[in-house]
Amino acid sequence: MNARLSEKFRLWRFPGGIHPEQNKSSSTETPIEAGRIPPRLILPLHQHIGEPAEPLFTVGERVLKGQAVARANGYVSAPVHAPTSGTVIAIGDYPVPHPSGMSAPCMVIEPDGEDRWVDHDSVADYRNLDPAALRNIIREAGIVGLGGAGFPTFIKLNPGHNKAIDTLILNGAECEPYITCDDMLMRERAAEVVSGLAIAAHALQARESVIGIEDNKPQALHAMREAARSYPNMRVVEIPTLYPSGDSKLLAKILTGKEVPSNKLSLHVGLTCINVGTTYAVHRAIHHGEPLMSRIVTVTGGAVGAPRNLDALIGTPMDELLAQCATRMDRIERLVMGGSMMGFAMHRADLPLIKTTNCIIAAAAAEVPRPQPVMPCIRCGACSDACPMSLMPQQLYWFAKSKELEKAQKYDLFDCIECGACSYVCPSNIPLVQYFRYAKGDIWTQESEKEKAGIARRRFDARQARVEREKAEKEAKRQQKKAALDMANARERGEAQAQSAMQRAEARRDAAMQEAGKRWGAQPPTAPESSAPDKTASAEPDKNEPAQKND
Amino acid sequence: MLSAVLILSGLAVLFGAILGYAAIRFKVEGDPMIEKIDAILPQTQCGQCGFPGCRPYATAIAGGNADINRCPPGGEATIIALANLLDREIKPLDPENGEIKPKMVALIDEQRCIGCTLCIQACPVDAIIGAAKQMHTVIAEECTGCDLCRPPCPADCIAMVPVKQDIRTWKWPSPDMPKKIDPPKKAAVNAL
Repeated sequence: MNARLSEKFRLWRFPGGIHPEQNKSSSTETPIEAGRIPPRLILPLHQHIGEPAEPLFTVGERVLKGQAVARANGYVSAPVHAPTSGTVIAIGDYPVPHPSGMSAPCMVIEPDGEDRWVDHDSVADYRNLDPAALRNIIREAGIVGLGGAGFPTFIKLNPGHNKAIDTLILNGAECEPYITCDDMLMRERAAEVVSGLAIAAHALQARESVIGIEDNKPQALHAMREAARSYPNMRVVEIPTLYPSGDSKLLAKILTGKEVPSNKLSLHVGLTCINVGTTYAVHRAIHHGEPLMSRIVTVTGGAVGAPRNLDALIGTPMDELLAQCATRMDRIERLVMGGSMMGFAMHRADLPLIKTTNCIIAAAAAEVPRPQPVMPCIRCGACSDACPMSLMPQQLYWFAKSKELEKAQKYDLFDCIECGACSYVCPSNIPLVQYFRYAKGDIWTQESEKEKAGIARRRFDARQARVEREKAEKEAKRQQKKAALDMANARERGEAQAQSAMQRAEARRDAAMQEAGKRWGAQPPTAPESSAPDKTASAEPDKNEPAQKND
Repeated sequence: MLSAVLILSGLAVLFGAILGYAAIRFKVEGDPMIEKIDAILPQTQCGQCGFPGCRPYATAIAGGNADINRCPPGGEATIIALANLLDREIKPLDPENGEIKPKMVALIDEQRCIGCTLCIQACPVDAIIGAAKQMHTVIAEECTGCDLCRPPCPADCIAMVPVKQDIRTWKWPSPDMPKKIDPPKKAAVNAL
């Protein structure tokens, strides 16, 4: 009945979009296979958007399967769990899958082969749990968006204050070429995926859930319809195959007709979109108490002998996965993580599988497009027609090339979802999306530099103020000292003056008396006589001094 | 005739009063142009422009006493921003003021530091910690890389090192620039 309803469900269309060659069939011929436990697991501490996790173990310590080996650092962060039991043999920088080809902090675990579990509990009935408590379990399970972005899921499932979420959208579109992990997951584990969706809807308190699946996956559509039959307020919707329908904002538009405004989240229009792999992980966390330690990954490409999907442990080196799928390493022309549209080339094959690795393409020479010479833009407008976000890629291209970043921002550079449709259709082979990525990075760098300059200015001003204050204080102290000194000097001088005045007065009096004596014929005063021997007495030692010194 | 003259003179007096009041009421403190220029400058306070800090340079530009191409740490981006703000011609950096270098940060060799505090006194943003006869160290996050601490050091124990780029500060390179690492990693893959 639900299926009937969904067929009548009205769909919207986004502008543009392309139909690249799908290359999906080869990896869907065999069922999902469990990935082998490798001799070494490399767990990057930063597999998600936000702050890197902090290690909880040191080298040499033993860890159990499912044990948190690194904890979330801050709100936007996610813990990392040991995918099997073993020993921590190293913590340090190792190459990780990233477009930069750089290294990042990782924890290396050597499995002991026992695969021994840590104590773990499932939730008896999640419906009795408070949504916040439910979100916390999802957080502790280290679940992040498995569609590729890696945003912590518990944050997505938080509607926030006074914001009712109308619709929870489950993203099963999987529009990118080569990737089939969501398709296979829905085919084989639809019940678990839908169960996880119900849990997520409860955590979010969403009114209804809509599952969007592209019509190139009939088996997945069938399985999901069957699974969703028993849930109320849940609809499976078949959407036309068109790249990039799998973008969360575009899928929201297709299913609800709502457009997410520029610089806003889908949350602001009452929507949240999560990936089928994520709800599967939520189901495992709630009903089995298992944290996120493995994921389904598509291993495909011309160099792969047996392309298929593997349910592999996080941290498994990719060369192990490639070996399990009978890959001829010498035939690999390019190794890509992600799909052929938005994925990036990796520079080595021993990089670990991370939470966001949905696909590994070991492309043979025939699949890799020969680099075509870049020709000038002829302003044909093909990129504008293909852009699903209604941007003007050719204008953005000029602004990015001439570093007119402000103008690029005015032309909504940050609404670009980097789907690559513009580069795909460009007749001049201009790598448009590369320019946009570069321009975005440049703007972010400039903004952070501006922020740093602001801090430096404040520190400089504070220092100037302090130097001024210290100078003023020093000056004040000096003035004070000078004043004190002056006063002391003045007092001394005053005393000296008083003394000399007294002496003068005495001398005057003596002179007066002498005069009077002369005049009256009286005896001369004794004072001058008594002072005379004193003078000679004081003079004598002076004369003796050099003599003494000579001795 | 008389009434027209009276009305016009009355209006003149009224508007004069309004303008006079507005001049006092909405008086702008300081020169807003200096603030705008100062906001563009990188605040390294390095003095390479020939002025004792970014603000004095901003004042000089606003007063027409200095050109806009004298700030090596700001580089091309600052010159372009200043040219746009002041509606002047974009010109290359004046080589007399130095050259554009990658972002640097000061590093004190703590083994050789004698604790003289001369670098602390020289640092314009208080990014060096230490006390007399105590070892000094640089707060790397606050260091603007101005190079002012290096000359006064008697032990010659301060070095300017390029800021290390990690995976979180990495950004996509320009497609116009020659690629440093080219994608087909056949050799690397084969070596494994």
